[in-house]
Amino acid sequence: MKIQIAGVGKTFGSGAPALGGIDLEIAEREFVCLLGPSGCGKSTLLNIVAGFLAPTTGRVLVDGSPVTAPGADRGVVFQEYVLFPWLSVAGNVEFGLKLKGLSRAERERTVARYLDLVGLGAHAAKFPTQLSGGMKQRVAIARALANSPSIILMDEPFGALDAQTREVLQDELSRIQRLEHKTIVFVTHSIREAVYLADRVVVMTSAPGRIKQIFEVKLGEVRDRFAPEFTEIESAITRTVKEEVAKVHE
Amino acid sequence: MEWGLRGPAVARRRALRLKLAAIVGFLALWSIVSGAVAALKLFNPIFLPGPWVVLGALVTLAAKGQLWGHVVATLERVAVGFSTGAVLAIGFGLPVGYFRALRNVVEPVVELLRPIPPLAMLPLFIVWVGIGEGSKVGFITYATFFPMFLTTVHAVRHLDPLLVRAAQSLGARPAQLFFRVILPAALPEILTGIRLGVALSFFVIVISEFIGAERGLGYLINDGRNFFLVPQMLGAAVLLGLLGYTGNAIARAAERRFLRWQSPS
Amino acid sequence: MIVRGLAFALILAVWAAVSYGNRAVEFTNPAIVPTPGEVGAVTVAALRDGTLVRNLVTSLVRVLEGFAIAAVAALALGGLAALSAPIRFMLEPVIEFVRPIPPLAFLPMFLVWFGLGETSKVAFIAYTTFFPMFVGVAASVLRVDVMLLRAAATLGATHADLLRRVVLPAALPGIIVALRLGFGLALFVIVGAEFMGADAGLGNLIMEGRTFFNPPQIVMGALVLGLLGSIVNALLLRLERRVLPS
Repeated sequence: MKIQIAGVGKTFGSGAPALGGIDLEIAEREFVCLLGPSGCGKSTLLNIVAGFLAPTTGRVLVDGSPVTAPGADRGVVFQEYVLFPWLSVAGNVEFGLKLKGLSRAERERTVARYLDLVGLGAHAAKFPTQLSGGMKQRVAIARALANSPSIILMDEPFGALDAQTREVLQDELSRIQRLEHKTIVFVTHSIREAVYLADRVVVMTSAPGRIKQIFEVKLGEVRDRFAPEFTEIESAITRTVKEEVAKVHE
Repeated sequence: MEWGLRGPAVARRRALRLKLAAIVGFLALWSIVSGAVAALKLFNPIFLPGPWVVLGALVTLAAKGQLWGHVVATLERVAVGFSTGAVLAIGFGLPVGYFRALRNVVEPVVELLRPIPPLAMLPLFIVWVGIGEGSKVGFITYATFFPMFLTTVHAVRHLDPLLVRAAQSLGARPAQLFFRVILPAALPEILTGIRLGVALSFFVIVISEFIGAERGLGYLINDGRNFFLVPQMLGAAVLLGLLGYTGNAIARAAERRFLRWQSPS
Repeated sequence: MIVRGLAFALILAVWAAVSYGNRAVEFTNPAIVPTPGEVGAVTVAALRDGTLVRNLVTSLVRVLEGFAIAAVAALALGGLAALSAPIRFMLEPVIEFVRPIPPLAFLPMFLVWFGLGETSKVAFIAYTTFFPMFVGVAASVLRVDVMLLRAAATLGATHADLLRRVVLPAALPGIIVALRLGFGLALFVIVGAEFMGADAGLGNLIMEGRTFFNPPQIVMGALVLGLLGSIVNALLLRLERRVLPS
């Protein structure tokens, strides 16, 4: 198992627990989506795997060793992009490579490769303030990939984008995953997005966040958003999620 | 924005014409008033010399070769005092902003000392270091330290925690985090603090040159007061303004150079 | 509050250690490093014979008068400059021409023009504090969100309504900050103004301490000014919170 989440719970301060004991195992090269209503703790779980937060109970193992801090083996893509505004597009993608002390030639080669992969080869010299939201998120994805982590954690990465851009980036991510084969944990509250991208969709309950049900999406690598099988899974998950949302409003 | 408080946009050329007219009008009004004072004998005309008399006084001083020495003296004090203040402020400000334990000790102390107007400490500097260069330079360092220190601390303290997370998950170690993320992220605010410090240097140098100096533009002003040389006083003041303006322009140019990423062309 | 108390104790302890330590080992002339005890004694004496209160009141009256004049002028001209582009374009260059000149450079001019009496000090404070307040007022009025004006206009607001019901409340926070900074500046420069040709005021008290070589009196003056500054600042902040419900 690539990632083992064992009995992970989180309580902030003296409040009610945000996350009840979570048990989840994620295989190498698997694409897992965490889905649930706002405030179900899915981002908290991701932040624990990333090493930004320490769990109150339980632990997370990556390749068998416990997570204690953020590290280059787990790349993170944030909803807010979080590009370094003082670095150019190329400089952002190069950031992790520089930290590793790679040679200039090697860095340039890798940067060029990943900028091409996300279709930004022509924008290498631009600064983040000159980019649209979709372009910024492509840079962030390239930055995470260029650092060659085995795991990529994505926290609602397309949540701030408009509907069209969002679908384009979903297509790209799906294409990239067919090339790169990373282990991906992807937080979203779009059911369509989850069904389109994931091998498994983990539906969580509202506070405290627990796993409600896990759906396997056996739809093949390239998916059609309008295929009947797609809609079938989508509606099954939608029904499950609605129960949770309804609970929040009671 | 066509509709709003700013009113319809004024064409560039018209705006420029208005601005030029305002400067010319200001100088003209000044000349007329000082001329009227002289002509109508409202009061002793030496109290309000016209702009050309002021310029004349500067030219005369420059021709006698005296002006340059005064300018250099002031600039030297500002340069040494300010840069010492900046180095200390940034040197202490970065760690104090970053390490919470340090900040908890230093910040309340600074907050208690800060309300004391720096000028109130000037006589103490003179008592300690004497009336020479030391007290003037030291005083500028003291006066500029606090605002630059506080902006540095604030900058480091309020930088976006997500930037730090992003760098950590790309594998940044503490030293790398400091030099590659915290420093560049704090730079805009640090540079604002530096610009503030430059302005403050010129602000306070004058008064320490009033009190026991033999050279410098402040000395020139105070000397003018003792001998009723009003043109010399005004001339030196305008020159100080010019120096301050240049200092500000240099600081702004540095900001543009180092912060090109904020508004790249 | 506890933190402040601890910080105060720390400063006092360091000061006492340095000053009494210096007295013991004579690292430098003990007379120039006044001890907390000496400063306390000077302060008590100055309180007893009324000099401290008299000088404090003198300084405060000068600051208040000068500030009030400048505030009225800054509000009127700043508002005008923000609301009328031609006036703005005419005032701006003149102000940008005069503003880089450090105000203290003009202090002797004020003494020459207005003599050594109260007028010169009050006029100087007014002159100094006018510029930052003018700029602050004009900027806060200019910054009022156009969308707010549009929203009000579509609800039927007349021009006068816009000024009174939208521009004023929207610009008020910025205006109040500008006034607070102006007052801080007045406290900053009054010291300098009283160094030069004054026969009363806290600045004069400090200068006297230098002239008659009485360092404890300098320290007392500086501390009183610091205390005054923090009290005034705290009061203004409280007023700000009162006026501006957040």
